[in-house]
Amino acid sequence: MSDFDGAAMSRFVSTFADRLHERREELTQLDSAVGDADHGINMDRGFSAARAKLAELGEADLGTMAKTVGMTLISTVGGASGPLYGTFFLRLSTSLGERDAASTGELGAALRAALDGVQQRGKAIADDKTMVDALLPAVEAFDAASGDGIGPALAAAAQAAAAGRERITPLVARKGRASYLGERAMGHPDPGATSTTILFESLRDAVAAD
Amino acid sequence: MKKLINSTDAVVDEALAGMVAAHGDLLRVIEPNVVVRADAPRQGKVGIISGGGSGHEPMHGGFVGMGMLDAACPGAVFTSPVPDQMLAATKAVDGGAGVLHIVKNYTGDVMNFELAAELAQAEGIEVTSVVIADDVAVKDSLYTAGRRGVGGTVLAEKIVGAAAEAGQDLAAVTALAQRVQDNVRSMGMALTSCTVPAAGKPTFELGEDEMEIGIGIHGEPGRERRKLAGADEITEALMGPILDDGGFGSGDDVLAFVNGMGGTPLIELYIVYNKVAAMCAERGIAIARNLVGSYITSLEMAGCSITLLKLDDEMTRLWDAPVHTPALRWGA
Repeated sequence: MSDFDGAAMSRFVSTFADRLHERREELTQLDSAVGDADHGINMDRGFSAARAKLAELGEADLGTMAKTVGMTLISTVGGASGPLYGTFFLRLSTSLGERDAASTGELGAALRAALDGVQQRGKAIADDKTMVDALLPAVEAFDAASGDGIGPALAAAAQAAAAGRERITPLVARKGRASYLGERAMGHPDPGATSTTILFESLRDAVAAD
Repeated sequence: MKKLINSTDAVVDEALAGMVAAHGDLLRVIEPNVVVRADAPRQGKVGIISGGGSGHEPMHGGFVGMGMLDAACPGAVFTSPVPDQMLAATKAVDGGAGVLHIVKNYTGDVMNFELAAELAQAEGIEVTSVVIADDVAVKDSLYTAGRRGVGGTVLAEKIVGAAAEAGQDLAAVTALAQRVQDNVRSMGMALTSCTVPAAGKPTFELGEDEMEIGIGIHGEPGRERRKLAGADEITEALMGPILDDGGFGSGDDVLAFVNGMGGTPLIELYIVYNKVAAMCAERGIAIARNLVGSYITSLEMAGCSITLLKLDDEMTRLWDAPVHTPALRWGA
């Protein structure tokens, strides 16, 4: 399997945008149980715009592509998801730099930088019941499996994200609007951890499609 | 969904166009969707800006004008505005004396305003921020996102706006905004849910005989669902935590604000105010000023919120100062 290149980045963003659009109602439904019923709508709007911007950009290095996605998300998503997913892609951008392709290790380092950025921006830690509970195990699983190559590492990451999302569903939320609910948030899946799971599944499938 | 709209995608844009059509003497709208006071920037005056999701009208756009906000940044319905908006607003109102951001404490609003403040500072504009977090329904602890910004925001915008209009500097208006925040407490309740236009169905379901106590302003569920009760009992349920938490007591002068959530008529708000006044009188709390009406709403939700602000002489004087905005106007 080849490195993670610009074509893979395009497929990743495009696949994620498609799936957010398909699952827009589901994400909004999850958010109406614990938040303000806009997660699916906002993510769909932001990633559709990001995909369009990437298409306009044409050929570019990985850092420029990720920066374009991040800036577009910050400008179009709003809510908490805009700054958080925007920061995720901006940190990918800084880490990937002017590379046209990233090795498995380089992609892992970029994902780690993205995780750090999201945690700095949102100040969430493990078990706060946020997107971090899908993102953190995904990055750790990627690192642990990176010796097997990019495909298996991304498969492990996607699996860990989904498991993280399941694991926190029974918890009380400690960040974001769901935290206002106290025990009433228990048993509801977290919308942000759900969209982060879809992100890693999209990344896995975009690379596997090469 | 039954709404007086043309298309769910055009709700915010068309409402803003309508505001300009109605109040072009007070405000204008600049790209990307920022409501700006018609005569901004005013040289030497501190700029006061706020913003948040749409659906809370008249807040914030309806408070743009003389003696209150210099600019307001409306996001999509119930969604924080994006940093581009706050950056554009900050630049549009900067008269060389700096700009204060009044931010309601919601995770998204705080993060987007933070990003915007960083960008504005990078462009050489001095920016301070005060976060309003007055909703006593939320436990204020390390284990929540902290209290939400609700009714106290309206009072902060009026009082701080008057101070900026009177020529106070950035440090002074920032300290004043913080003082309002430290002395204000609110709590709300809902009789019905509301429907985000783009979602098409109610955010939550409430039975005919149910109410939600401790509701926020985004249709997010409150802290407790109860059997429907009379207005006096509901008022007691809201006032209790406000009085306790704020330490309001005998000898205090307060501003009492009874706010409608969007779908509750004024006649019911006065029934609530009547009980608020009685409860204050019993405790020796003097209502020195009041505000009754729908000023920070949650679309068509029925329900109300109550806000008490402990006043000092300066706050009272600034509350009385002239204001001329689409939603609040006196003395001008």
